[in-house]
Amino acid sequence: MATTPLSGGQIGRSLPRLEAREKVSGRAEYTHNLRLPGMLHGKIFRSTVAHGRIKSIDTSAAKKLPGVYRVVTSDDVLKVIPKPYYGPAFHDQPILAIDKVRFVGEPVAVVLAADPHVAEEAVQLITAEYEELPAVYDEIEAMTSKVHVHDELKPAGAFADLKHLTGRKGTNVALDFKLRRGDVDKAFAEAAHVFEHTFRTQKVLHLAFEPFVSIADTKPSGVTIYTSSQGPSFVRVEIARLLGVPENKVRIRVPYVGGGYGSKLYIKLEALVTALSLIARRPVKIALTMEEQFYQITRHPCTFRIKSGLDKDARIIARKCEVFWNGGAYADVGPRVTQKSGFTASGPYDIENVHVDSYALYTNVTPSGALRGFGIPQLVWSYESHTDMMARALKLDPVEFRRKNLLHEGRPQATGTLVKDANVAAILDRLVARLNWGKPFDRGAGPVKRGRGLAIAIKAVIAPTTSVAVLNVTADGSVILYCGTVDMGQGSDTAMAQIVGEVLNMPAESVRVTPRDTDITPYDMGTLGSRSLFHMGHAVRLAAEEARAKIAALAREVGEPEGSNVPVAELFKKKYGMQAGNIIGTGSYKPDYTSPQPGTGLTPNVAPFWMVAGAGAEVEVDTETGKVVVARLINIVDCGKPVNPKIVETQISGATLMQLGFTMFEKMHIDGGQVTNASLADYKIPGILDVPAVMENETIESYQSNGPFGAKGVGETATFCASPAIANAIDDAVGVRITELPLNAEAVYRALRAKQNKPLEDE
Amino acid sequence: MSDRTISFTLNGEAVSAQIAPHHTLVEVLRNEFALYGARESCGQGLCGCCTVIVDGTAVSGCLYLAAFVDGAEVTTVEHLDAGGKLDPVQEAFIEQGAFQCGFCTPGFILMSKQLLDCYPNPDDEQIKHYLSGNLCRCAAYPEIIQAVKSAAKKRQASRA
Repeated sequence: MATTPLSGGQIGRSLPRLEAREKVSGRAEYTHNLRLPGMLHGKIFRSTVAHGRIKSIDTSAAKKLPGVYRVVTSDDVLKVIPKPYYGPAFHDQPILAIDKVRFVGEPVAVVLAADPHVAEEAVQLITAEYEELPAVYDEIEAMTSKVHVHDELKPAGAFADLKHLTGRKGTNVALDFKLRRGDVDKAFAEAAHVFEHTFRTQKVLHLAFEPFVSIADTKPSGVTIYTSSQGPSFVRVEIARLLGVPENKVRIRVPYVGGGYGSKLYIKLEALVTALSLIARRPVKIALTMEEQFYQITRHPCTFRIKSGLDKDARIIARKCEVFWNGGAYADVGPRVTQKSGFTASGPYDIENVHVDSYALYTNVTPSGALRGFGIPQLVWSYESHTDMMARALKLDPVEFRRKNLLHEGRPQATGTLVKDANVAAILDRLVARLNWGKPFDRGAGPVKRGRGLAIAIKAVIAPTTSVAVLNVTADGSVILYCGTVDMGQGSDTAMAQIVGEVLNMPAESVRVTPRDTDITPYDMGTLGSRSLFHMGHAVRLAAEEARAKIAALAREVGEPEGSNVPVAELFKKKYGMQAGNIIGTGSYKPDYTSPQPGTGLTPNVAPFWMVAGAGAEVEVDTETGKVVVARLINIVDCGKPVNPKIVETQISGATLMQLGFTMFEKMHIDGGQVTNASLADYKIPGILDVPAVMENETIESYQSNGPFGAKGVGETATFCASPAIANAIDDAVGVRITELPLNAEAVYRALRAKQNKPLEDE
Repeated sequence: MSDRTISFTLNGEAVSAQIAPHHTLVEVLRNEFALYGARESCGQGLCGCCTVIVDGTAVSGCLYLAAFVDGAEVTTVEHLDAGGKLDPVQEAFIEQGAFQCGFCTPGFILMSKQLLDCYPNPDDEQIKHYLSGNLCRCAAYPEIIQAVKSAAKKRQASRA
């Protein structure tokens, strides 16, 4: 598709963020800061058992505490919202637990009080009795367990590929995605070498520093919700459905968001605060603590069984992937993660015969959702560890082995869609160059051994999704952009302003981007999956182009000659006789897409663009302690043409450092369904001392042919490859292979001892 | 436990507030003075989002009881551009792109300013050591290190 030629000089500018001054002076608006007159604070009483029937809830002592306004349970919720089940993929999550609890930490009751300390104290006075039921925690056990988290599956109806699950009983499988390409059985039979490995990833979470917070203010005319959300449009649709009202009775307002990373997608606290405000007939705010975030949403733990068949020349001719996603007690967007990541589970390789089974599973732990990659980092961890293990077993150079099997431009990917603008070969070349691959390498001295490794990856962007934008040229010529993309730190407001500036030939910093407000900002599917710059970028571009055409028409109308450069304010003045009027431009974008065939997952058009990435790592492993130091971390990504190179670089760097935490130490410890390290004191995240001494971030020369000004998204790309690159480097250094994250000192030391035939006892 | 009145200097102005003994400094700044730059995140004094300067020293405002600032001099991030001009540290954070979501940024800026007061020309190790008590989930650490170095140069240039 042709896009507007460059004119305004705004694309490619490393413009500081539009909101920078607000953020450095502590004045940026966050929902966290907001108070409404007459507002009550809600504090949540949570389940202490992983699976159980609620026998009784005693709220009498809490109600008696002075200052408590009301204590709310599901009985109260059912009076105002008769069907209080929500979720993007399944309508499975109750606003407050009804009859049963399904994970430790599930909301059971809420205390409302004007003083949050009173509400907090009163929560301690609530008691509940449960008839405990057997629980299932592990994704593999959940496949065959007699314990069923839900009695019956309740798909939401929005997704065609979930409809067949309606009413299904006696299962924990919330989606079984299948991809079938070629004939894997035949290919395995013909293979010269067959390798099979199993990898696991742990439960980790987003931990945004602005913890989940929502405020609802219900009035007879409708409800206004102020919320730290990545998807105001979805929240509006879902709240309207729950309340049985039209969308125009629901208003969602989102200021800046203090971190999201996928956690604040779809619907989280919004349904609960709406119900509470309806019950209390006052505004209600719920602000979670850092501890409570461990009971809201996490990344999916995953078990990945991968099997490859190679011919005698080490060409991969068959690959079988069985991926089991631990979805927790409620589906959230897990079935999407299961399907969408399933498209590329076989990796950036050209393989004729591919068999993918990807299962979303219910278990009795905190629900899992999207976390900066929609499942791709878990898959890449597995398939790129597998790639190196095969190369090592066959005594092949890992780079040459990858080159031999690379998925090249124009070749069909596993879904059958031809790969375009996804130059994974160039990424591998840049890694090789930066790592000096093939040249002598310092292997360390004494007990500290050095090694290096690399990994490459591909992702198909989530499709199909829609973005709409509106642009307002005011009477003095200044421009306001209304778009629903949420700026949670990725710099989208700035990038969108640059697109407007490019089309209208004005400095991006003069463009105002309104805070998100569904009464004003039009529909957007959500700020997720690195989709915004491409989809909303196109919508914004189209809106600006329409406004530009209307400005030209206005110039003609008031008698200006074609091509004259009269300021817009003059045109308005000529038409209206004073500073008055507006020009409104609108843009709407939805890419072409062909649904995958049920049963085979094949489609000629799985996604409008591909994200490709590579990482290289150099590590130092202390063989006496197992401690690993990542000395050098290289990230190469393809983001098309960077709209704002500085912001792109911070996205690459930030994403890979976040993934470094998930790789090296982050892990939710769960004992009998209970999270035992639910605080920043016990759950370590990367700090400034964890930054590798050398970090190199690079975007390859690229132009996304169907992207706005050649651009595409990059928010997630640098999360894909860090984990396997580091694991491959550890193997290179000390000859041990770790197949489960995190790669902490204990895991490495255990592996070293096992290799010496002196294994440590289990914990 | 009864309420009491505390008086202190807040961003250069003499103020007083009615507080309860359990109120933290962050709560009082938000609820009584509409200052939101110091914000509670981890609630354990580990992340640094709640950093406030009390008598010249950075404290974790989410743990620091408001009662303790009676008679003290309290400075928040909002005071840094009181003269209408950003502090060199703020300028450097903007120029280096040293933040993403911005939630932890005021804490980093206050700590960086304190670091530069102690060590006007810090090396990487000093910067990392001094800022190791502040966390950034967006992980803008490399940019923060650059911003501190850039701010050091700006401060030296303005003194020269």
